[in-house]
Amino acid sequence: MKRSPVLKIATVLGFLFLYAPIVSLVVFSFNENRLVTVWSGFSLKWYGELFQNDQLVGAAILSLQIAAVSATLALVLGTLASVALVRFRRFRGKTLMIGMVSAPLVMPDVIIGLSLLLLFVSMEQLIGWPAGRGTLTVIIAHATFGMAYVTVVVQSRLSDLDISLEEAAQDLGATPARVFFDITLPIISPALVSGWLLSFTLSLDDLVIASFVNGPGSSTLPMVIFSKIRRGVSPDVNALATIIIGLAAIGVLIAMLIALRQGKPRRTA
Amino acid sequence: MTLMDSLAADSRPWAFLRRLLAKAGLSGRGLVIAAPMLWLLVFFLVPFLVVTKIALSELVIASPPYAPMIEWTKGGELIVKLNFGNFQFLFSEPLYLNAYLGSIKFAAISTLIALLIAYPMAYLIARSGERTRNVLLMLVILPFWTSFLLRVYAWIGFLKGNGVVNNVLMSVGIIHDPIVMLQTDFAVYLGIVYTYLPFMILPLYANLVKLEDDLLEASADLGARPFMTFLTITLPLSLPGIIAGSMLVFIPAVGEFVIPALLGGPDTLMIGRILWDEFFSNRDWPVASSVAIIMVVALVFPIMIMRSAQDRMEEKAK
Repeated sequence: MKRSPVLKIATVLGFLFLYAPIVSLVVFSFNENRLVTVWSGFSLKWYGELFQNDQLVGAAILSLQIAAVSATLALVLGTLASVALVRFRRFRGKTLMIGMVSAPLVMPDVIIGLSLLLLFVSMEQLIGWPAGRGTLTVIIAHATFGMAYVTVVVQSRLSDLDISLEEAAQDLGATPARVFFDITLPIISPALVSGWLLSFTLSLDDLVIASFVNGPGSSTLPMVIFSKIRRGVSPDVNALATIIIGLAAIGVLIAMLIALRQGKPRRTA
Repeated sequence: MTLMDSLAADSRPWAFLRRLLAKAGLSGRGLVIAAPMLWLLVFFLVPFLVVTKIALSELVIASPPYAPMIEWTKGGELIVKLNFGNFQFLFSEPLYLNAYLGSIKFAAISTLIALLIAYPMAYLIARSGERTRNVLLMLVILPFWTSFLLRVYAWIGFLKGNGVVNNVLMSVGIIHDPIVMLQTDFAVYLGIVYTYLPFMILPLYANLVKLEDDLLEASADLGARPFMTFLTITLPLSLPGIIAGSMLVFIPAVGEFVIPALLGGPDTLMIGRILWDEFFSNRDWPVASSVAIIMVVALVFPIMIMRSAQDRMEEKAK
């Protein structure tokens, strides 16, 4: 079928819209001038300043740790929930679980953040745990919404899975746990990887929920960036953005190549 | 390890674990259900009960800043104080209603704009050859994996008084004085459309890629102009994709805080921002909780109902 030029122009403009701000962000990170949008010469000095900034580097390390732990927790909980929802035909509270596991997907961040903070405050009053707020409470909060995304991804893979493989292993005398670890888990592993990556990224990206449930003295990277850019643009944030975009591009490229090598690109999410 | 090997291998560790659990009165199946269930109950459902409780409490200057709802007097009497004043306050103050309506307006218009931009892109991607298609899809997905906050930040550098857009327009001579674009409603629309555009493109693409060329050719053979074919065939068939994409844009946009806070002006009213300000600036936890309750009832519940209706529609289509 012939494609009209209007369609092509609209698509080019669309991609221009998606990438123009990102490209300008990257270009001006190499700008020598303190005024972010006035070009005065090539320089790497903002990258140097970025790595000198202990607050930013510390926050970045903390955020990566929180993301890794909460994504792993979310993966375990989300996988269990998926197995329960897909493999167990009926159990008490199934409808409730379906509702609770999908609700975080439509719940605004401000509400999740506020409600969890109020829970933590009340729990501290009642049972003394968690004592104060900080890294632990952020991990709990991120695991809770990460779990919802993991469940969506793993659930769809599990329900596509040919159940006769599991039945065959069972007929040969394997216990349910062995069937799960030897048969089910290897087959759904691509979904586990994308679920983990998804909740890792969402945790790394979250400003609102962390702002509510975090305590003083353990600011995450988005919290530090937010308070910086509220005061205006600053070239070292551009440098940071360039590094993050570069890493994401490499990651997406690798994922793409893997998908291409496996023949037909598989449906992941 | 092959299947036979693993069956031949000693399975005692599992058996041991199972005996241990059975002694505690738990089956493996029970554990698989109980762990996520308990987590969700404690960290998702109970928090809403706490929010409801605090929404019905009075503001006091203390830490935490609300009065206890349930008290035991010295004589052993139980006193339950319910305070509906916070809700009365929300309904008497036009600010909150306007912010609620404002959020819906911002989210709805942004969704429509995103649809108009995304449709031709998704259509072209779906009709491209496999190689081009993969590259274009990667370009659509890439921004999603970079920081959301930094993508919003990119627009500050773009839109501000001495930003890229104004500099270009002034150097070309189209304008002489910088246009005020940052801290306006315009910037908020731009920010929302920009941020959530990939969420519109991907479901539309997934739908349009299934569209068969035969249908379009048949329509052309019968004498329909391309536009007529689009209106009578492509558009109706892509309706599920349009609905799915619109939900994915509308839902996060309506509770948005970051975009109005960074790109909007002081009079950009969105409910997520109001809740944030009540909590962090005014430190009024009861009113913030009441705003949250109203948001859940008037925004989240309708969305959940719409979503389950959409799921049922898709099930039927299968």
